[in-house]
Amino acid sequence: MEGVIQLQRQLVEYRTSLYNEGFLDDQFIQLQQLQDESNPDFVVEVVSLFFEDSQRLLNELTKALHQQSSDFKRLDAHVHQLKGSSSSIGAQRVQKVCIAFRHYCDEQNTEG
Amino acid sequence: MNLGCGQAVESMSMPSSSVSCKSGDGVSDQFPVGLRVLLVDDDPTCLLILEKMLRNCLYEVTKCNRAEIALSLLRENRNGFDIVISDVHMPDMDGFKLLEYVGLEMDLPVIMMSADDGKNVVMKGITHGACDYLIKPVRIEALRNIWQHVVRKKRHEWKDAEQVGSVEDGERQQKLAEDADYSSSANESNWRNSKRRRDEEEDAEERDDTCTMKKPRVVWSVELHQQFVAAVNQLGIDKAVPKKILEMMSVPGLTRENVASHLQKYRLYLRRLSGVSQHQGGLNNSFMGPPEATFGSMSSFNGLDLQALAATGQLPAQSLATLQAAAYGRSTSKSAIPMPLVDQRNLFSFETPKLRCGEGQQQQPNNNNSKQLNLLHGIPTNMEPKQLVSLHQSAQSFGGMNMQVNTHGSQSNSLLSRTQMLNETSDGHVSRLQSSTGQPIMSTGCAIGVLAQNNNARGPLYIPVSIASSTPDFSVNNDTDLSGSSFPLGSNAGMSTFSSKGVLQEEFNSETKGSRGSLLSYDILNELHQQKSHVWGSQNVGLTYDASQHANIRGSLDVSPSVLVQQGFSSFQNVGQNRNAVSKAVFSARQESGHGNAPNFSRQLNTFLVDSSPSVKAERLPDSSYQNILFPEQFSQEDLMSVLLKQQQEGTGLVESEFGFDGHPLDNLPV
Repeated sequence: MEGVIQLQRQLVEYRTSLYNEGFLDDQFIQLQQLQDESNPDFVVEVVSLFFEDSQRLLNELTKALHQQSSDFKRLDAHVHQLKGSSSSIGAQRVQKVCIAFRHYCDEQNTEG
Repeated sequence: MNLGCGQAVESMSMPSSSVSCKSGDGVSDQFPVGLRVLLVDDDPTCLLILEKMLRNCLYEVTKCNRAEIALSLLRENRNGFDIVISDVHMPDMDGFKLLEYVGLEMDLPVIMMSADDGKNVVMKGITHGACDYLIKPVRIEALRNIWQHVVRKKRHEWKDAEQVGSVEDGERQQKLAEDADYSSSANESNWRNSKRRRDEEEDAEERDDTCTMKKPRVVWSVELHQQFVAAVNQLGIDKAVPKKILEMMSVPGLTRENVASHLQKYRLYLRRLSGVSQHQGGLNNSFMGPPEATFGSMSSFNGLDLQALAATGQLPAQSLATLQAAAYGRSTSKSAIPMPLVDQRNLFSFETPKLRCGEGQQQQPNNNNSKQLNLLHGIPTNMEPKQLVSLHQSAQSFGGMNMQVNTHGSQSNSLLSRTQMLNETSDGHVSRLQSSTGQPIMSTGCAIGVLAQNNNARGPLYIPVSIASSTPDFSVNNDTDLSGSSFPLGSNAGMSTFSSKGVLQEEFNSETKGSRGSLLSYDILNELHQQKSHVWGSQNVGLTYDASQHANIRGSLDVSPSVLVQQGFSSFQNVGQNRNAVSKAVFSARQESGHGNAPNFSRQLNTFLVDSSPSVKAERLPDSSYQNILFPEQFSQEDLMSVLLKQQQEGTGLVESEFGFDGHPLDNLPV
């Protein structure tokens, strides 16, 4: 039991730190609130789904970037989607990065 | 969260309980509990989160990640949903297209959402008729309130019904309302109950007795619809004005508005079925469509008319494009462009429709704009430089017209310049085209002109179907015009402008690239357009028609028709109007040709659109209906085809150099 409590405490601390560092935001709190008895693993479900989906998106992005002439429109589309997903689950940092990424896309800045 | 919902429900249940007793049907009185929501989003994470949130609000949620699935779901259960929530950026279909379709076909409130909070995108949502626009991440509080849109819509429908005049209904409604002693939501629930009840009741009731008004929404039963169709057929798709239809149907209790909106939807449907050739017929009709036509429909009508005209006038794409362009131009700028295009058509074969279109357009600028734009968009893709040239000649004539029509003198100029360019590229074609397809060329010319105006860059992309090229121009023009105007369509056009410019180019590129350059490019355009306003969609439709027409004649354009159809479909989707236009086009085409095949054609088109599978569509197109409609144009079409092909060959180089797009759908509107 002790172990469990400790783990829980660690979890809470970790989560708090994530909030503080801006990795997560309020949306995540909302997500947690959605979870209830009828759906105990909701958050887990959503987050893993997010990971899967974003992994796919990141793969696409990588592929697209490695091309000689990157298609910024497509990149933008992918990033937009990633931005949407990440903002839905409250992954704030990811979302911010997406926004920056999109700016680069607008400028057609491959380096960025 | 649940608490809040529960409380809301409880408060509702009290007043509504009496109502529910009265209604006695299975409708939930605990409005908004049980609200049936259809959720469409390609992002699975979002989908899951939103579904959970909606369930927490005690709504009934159905989720799907593809727009086509959503549409088929909606069509299967016409009354199965109360509200639709859709994402804007989706890979298979643009959210705005879906929005238009839903608005036109099912008249359900649609909420758009996106991580994109750019003002342009939001504006686009509004102009396409969205009830609301949510920015992701969506909070549950925002979702909790979506029932207001359902209520509001019902209220509007009820008000319309009231105008028709059934006192009984009004009294009944009031009685219900009073009995329950409601809160507004209770009233709404009553409404819903009574509405549901009515929905469940025989349509005959609605029709036969004067209490069509009872229901806030007129349910178009099969009988009623048949009466409607008979009336439209009798009047002629071009001349089918809601007022006349109403008179012919002589259904007590039916309002002109009901007929108008139904006509709009019908046109879209026809359009979808028939494809490009139908456009023309539909266009005319659409123009005359009900004033209530939604913005999208408005433009689509225009496009339809144009398309219809084009279809019949052998210039499926071209004339359509021009007309559309005109329509767009007109609506947006209230310029006479649509008229001229229309007029020109009339010269050839559809005088009446055209004129009407023009008029209709003017009356409903929105429609015109969108239609034209759409038509134009669609067509441009098909047009190849060579064809443009040929179109040029016709365009010149159109150009004159365009000039007249377009307040934007540039159009004519561009048109002329375009045609000139075209001439240079394909003199031979021009002459040929002119001789064989005076009309089509004209329209194409117009289209070209239109295109020229807006997209000088497009010059090189002369699609055989000048219309196509003109459409883009048109759209471009329209966009500019539209941007200024307040038409919802205009905005679409405007949007298409921004996108159209880019898209058009892309389209051109794509077209030239394709074997059926025009056709294929159309497809691409379609994709591109999808992103853009529906205007594009309508154009695509126009193109589709054109393509189909070509296909019919040639029988070899399997690819193109399908492409077009797909595009047309998408365009339709984008533009609810386009749908109407198409159906109208189909319809008008039918009438024009005087054959009963047109319906078949439209059916085919529909199928095409629905299937969005190139092969299937292509086959369908070559239906007799096409031929019926197109027979006068056969000659021209073949010429066009040859021109098209030639142009494609030649144009490919041009196009590619001109546009760097590779046909990627414009996923992101200006962010």
